[in-house]
Amino acid sequence: MLLTLLAAAGLALLRVRNLFAVVMLAGIYSLLSAGLFTVMDAVDVAFTEAAVGAGISTVLFLGALALCGHHESKPGHTPLLPLIVVLVTGGLLVWGTMDMPGFGDPANPVHHHVADHYIEESYPEIGIPNVVTSVLASYRGYDTMGETTVVFAAAVGVMILLAGRLGRRPQPEGKGDGG
Amino acid sequence: MSFDLLVSHYNYWIVIFLMMVGFYILISRGNLIKKIVGLNVFQTSVFMLYISMGKVSGATPPILVYPYGEGDVLYSNPLPHVLILTAIVVGIATTSVGLALAVRIKEAYGTIEEDEINAIEARTEAAE
Repeated sequence: MLLTLLAAAGLALLRVRNLFAVVMLAGIYSLLSAGLFTVMDAVDVAFTEAAVGAGISTVLFLGALALCGHHESKPGHTPLLPLIVVLVTGGLLVWGTMDMPGFGDPANPVHHHVADHYIEESYPEIGIPNVVTSVLASYRGYDTMGETTVVFAAAVGVMILLAGRLGRRPQPEGKGDGG
Repeated sequence: MSFDLLVSHYNYWIVIFLMMVGFYILISRGNLIKKIVGLNVFQTSVFMLYISMGKVSGATPPILVYPYGEGDVLYSNPLPHVLILTAIVVGIATTSVGLALAVRIKEAYGTIEEDEINAIEARTEAAE
């Protein structure tokens, strides 16, 4: 099953110490998760993840690696404390899922709040057959506007951070990053 | 712990496992770029949690089948998809800012290993 493959990719990410390999594995992981989203009916999310997660972010990581070097040194301290923290957190989360309704049950409460309205009324109200688009651009349009604000702020931040380095060292090597 | 529970919660548990792998990379590795990769793994696992909750067994993707608004078709829940689309884009924005910071840190300290940076900091403080 796809999920098991994902788990394997995650573990490989943990072990490998060459950062180029890590970035490539992250791309594979992202593509696998896009496949998983398709299987779970989220086609819009799947192609966004494939384009952004497996495409753009891999390019950004490679750009950063070109500037930072690609070797990770051995962790200096014992990983015992992080391991305990992670196990406790994971245990608590699994305990939390015991109260969750089962996967794929149409009677789950999450499907009966506003989703019914979106599916039944969005075509008469908006006129777009893709429900995800009409919710994204119309019902939750302010969300999307806030999202573009975040992207703008991030782009400005990246430019400020990297423009300083170009100003002090005018060499044509600084490329590859830019939100 | 019955078999039913395993089948109906398998998704959630794998998602939590991935979440913990990302979290572990984030807190146990010293390399800043590896930390950002860990953060991305964590983030993608949260996306998977949301999409799992939106899935309805036997349903189709929430794109209306012609003739629109008629017929008896079962659709998955579109709301988590919308939220996660927003989250993916915000995620790549934060990742790019993080990588830009890593590049600047590499320039200022000559390394992106956390313990080496701490050592340099300690030396400069001792010198003052």
